[in-house]
Amino acid sequence: MTETSQASEPQNTAQGARQINDFCINVATTNGTGSQTSNIALFRAMFRMGIPVSGKNLFPSNIQGLPTWYRIRLNHTGHVGYRDTWEILVTLNAKTLAEDLAAVPSGGVVFYDNALPVKEDREDVVYYAMPIKDLVKQSGVAPNLREYITNMVYVGMMAELLGIERSAIRSALDTHFSGKQKAVDLNMQMVDLAADYARNNCVKRDPYWVNRIEGGNNDMILIEGNAAAALGSVYGGVSVLAWYPITPATSLADGINEYLPKLRKDPKTGKATYAVIQAEDELSAIGMTLGAGWAGARAMTSTSGPGISLMAEFTSYAYQAEIPAVIWDVQRVGPSTGLPTRTSQGDLAFTYRLGHGDTRHIILLPHDPSECFEFGYKSFDLAEFFQTPVFVLSDLDLGMNVWMSKSFTYPETPMNRGKVLSAEQLQELGGKWGRYVDVDGDGVTYRTLPGTEHPTAGYFTRGTGHNEKAGYSERSEDWEANMIRLRRKFDTARQHVPKPEIVRQQGGDIAVVSFGTNHQSILEAVDLLKQDGLRFDYLRIRALPTSPEIGEFLDAYERIYVIENNFNGQMHGILLQEYPTYATRLISISRQNGMPLSASWIQEQLKTTHQRFLQALA
Amino acid sequence: MSDVTETLKTNAVGLEKNDYKGLPSTLCKGCGHDSVSARIMNVAYDLSLPPQRTVKFSGIGCSSKSPAYFLGRSHAFNSLHGRMPSVATGAMAANHNLITIAVSGDGDTASIGLGQFKHLLRRNVPMVYVIENNGVYGLTKGQFSATADEGQTLKYAGINDLPPIDICLEAIIGSCGFVARSFAGDPRQVETLLKAAFSYKGTAILDIISPCVTFNNHESSTKSYPFGKEHEIQLHELAHVPAYQEITIDEYAEGERKQVKLHDGSWITLKKLEKGHDPTDFTQAVKVLRDAQVNKELITGLIYINNNLRDLHGLLGTVETPLAFQAPEALRPSPESLQALMAEMR
Repeated sequence: MTETSQASEPQNTAQGARQINDFCINVATTNGTGSQTSNIALFRAMFRMGIPVSGKNLFPSNIQGLPTWYRIRLNHTGHVGYRDTWEILVTLNAKTLAEDLAAVPSGGVVFYDNALPVKEDREDVVYYAMPIKDLVKQSGVAPNLREYITNMVYVGMMAELLGIERSAIRSALDTHFSGKQKAVDLNMQMVDLAADYARNNCVKRDPYWVNRIEGGNNDMILIEGNAAAALGSVYGGVSVLAWYPITPATSLADGINEYLPKLRKDPKTGKATYAVIQAEDELSAIGMTLGAGWAGARAMTSTSGPGISLMAEFTSYAYQAEIPAVIWDVQRVGPSTGLPTRTSQGDLAFTYRLGHGDTRHIILLPHDPSECFEFGYKSFDLAEFFQTPVFVLSDLDLGMNVWMSKSFTYPETPMNRGKVLSAEQLQELGGKWGRYVDVDGDGVTYRTLPGTEHPTAGYFTRGTGHNEKAGYSERSEDWEANMIRLRRKFDTARQHVPKPEIVRQQGGDIAVVSFGTNHQSILEAVDLLKQDGLRFDYLRIRALPTSPEIGEFLDAYERIYVIENNFNGQMHGILLQEYPTYATRLISISRQNGMPLSASWIQEQLKTTHQRFLQALA
Repeated sequence: MSDVTETLKTNAVGLEKNDYKGLPSTLCKGCGHDSVSARIMNVAYDLSLPPQRTVKFSGIGCSSKSPAYFLGRSHAFNSLHGRMPSVATGAMAANHNLITIAVSGDGDTASIGLGQFKHLLRRNVPMVYVIENNGVYGLTKGQFSATADEGQTLKYAGINDLPPIDICLEAIIGSCGFVARSFAGDPRQVETLLKAAFSYKGTAILDIISPCVTFNNHESSTKSYPFGKEHEIQLHELAHVPAYQEITIDEYAEGERKQVKLHDGSWITLKKLEKGHDPTDFTQAVKVLRDAQVNKELITGLIYINNNLRDLHGLLGTVETPLAFQAPEALRPSPESLQALMAEMR
């Protein structure tokens, strides 16, 4: 707090108790107006002040002119999951003004553009009018650049009135504009002008403060889940990416396209050790991925629900012909086109069994950017070892929002390229090998790559029935034997997929099971429920098929609540099938409204559902 | 030329003709596709293609089954209906050293697969792409495909009242640089065109009218043996001259013979016949196909060639060592690079 321009207490002292580093800001703007720069600057500035913080961008499926909200949550205890409510409204959007104002809670604050018809008629709310037009004019910035800095007015006024350090904002802008001083100065000029205006003209009447936490956010980074997934893929050695644009997955491919030229050019020739192809549709994207994976590249595609639907036939093929592929599904709300810019965990059941016939697939379920990075490279090891499609299910909340995350850890083990026979190995075997012979008894067979210089290397890849030598077969015995081996392979995978994370507490006698981005809200809800006298142990599933640890955990509880962000309780359904003996213990709590699950909703659901159960017992 | 080589025991890579064989065909006796398979085996032997580096792709249908019946030592990928182009594109991105022969049908390419076909051409994926075109669905027993003639009658399907898709026309306007048509009943020409296609760097489209003896071999069909034998009009007299062989002195009058050098140093020579077609002329190529459509002629030969197109490998700017065989060190950036990135994100 060394800034001389900081709000000093004698001038602007709020009445009553201060609420420090624990509140939520809702910024209501119109999309396409550049408010994202301002919001990210605020978010990053608070992060750099050491405060745990999260940002959620609620944006429309549109390019310009529709309402957008950005929610920033600060919480000194580290609980920064999605909240349904907020305390501070920043409003620049006339179209949503009425509903936004109506949602301001008692004790809330409103920063509003003074061009908007705000009446200041609630006694339980603090209002700060922002003379945006005048301040922008005063700035002396050239008219053609004014549009870009308009949103910096609220950044400056909030900095002054909430106590966000201007140096932290400057440093955030510096990162945002990659050190381009002209842009940083231009924006900072507006921030300073607005902050000075607030200092001289506004009296702080609200209790909300942002205070630096020394040593806070140590070793943390800020990154979007899709960028993290992109980096994980690059460090996982992706050599062919085939993709088709779709919200919310596009920025994953963009990230790979950005990092690959920086990290993966051949140092001698400057040529690419990778190929990125924007396909004509998702049918083609998955087809290219399979062709490349079959030929020996580390191949992947990234998409969302509608793309997954198109990939069903090829996924069934890859399962049957045993071809490695990594498929990222950044989930949005379905069925159909659904809510393309809202988040969901609704593709779980579909991807798990994607394809006609009896298929099941390995699914990885990251909950934060560091896990997106980890699964980014691990997915290739799993796909190549098991010679099968591996799905990574992220979601819009994770993929497209900037998250606080632990710094990424470099892969600890070398790449596992799986059971690939070289020409030398074929020579040693005297050329005696069969593509689908289960030599090791783990269901995973050996393959060769086209281009292997041995006369017996070639084999015929097909989606039709085949025998161990990859020959066409319609024999029932061959078909059944192959399906049994594929199941054996799937069971082997149970031991190799990422194990669940388990969070226990003293005296925990009820269990919560969940996965993915519900994590933060569940941890918070479990904390809150302690105050209600309920002690929940928590297991987070990180992958399917289920590993033995999951069964051992379930066995220990009489009552297990499965929480997820989809309408039908899809994980619950999968667990019922996997563990039929626990069917009466497993209770589904699920919801799908396009928003991430909040801690308060989870708390309420767990409390009422469990109390109902206890009453029934009594 | 094949007459000469047949008397030799082994080719330049030390293989016998038998080494290029596949499994016995399970197609109908007399199927045009089997004739094409035989041509592919001959040409692979003559060109001394290394089976380990040669790969076969196909979609779904009678034609797409045929890769099992030739080049048994090579890797094959019998993919999905209409989706072979994307699979081949991915494989060629992973390993540009592969020599690729793809076999598809008129249903596979012109009906369900038209989209992927066109996009393959835009990317100019280096491969020989053979369409065994018979105007009919064989495996499902006799429905019209998109290349069937308008007004044609089939026992199962009745009268076809839709205009045909001309695969060669689609290829030419789709930026393909090697477009040829032939007739399964003209083995010599098929082999010459296959050789030229293997020598071309980019997608080479070979639309071979390959009669379905079971469902569409009556005289009223332009995809039948009787029609082909009666009506085939060769655009040129073609010859493929390997790189090591000198072109003999032109015995024809100037202007009657054209020579086109291919990427591997070999040549294709075209002796003009009555059509006087110039295959390097885009507009003429479109016109000759359109005229043939209107006049119900089966024109065969090299219809269009453009040697100046960038192929997939050039487009992607990839390293010489195939991506599939890159060492782990080349694929995983250093720990220091990750640390530097993390520092930027704090």
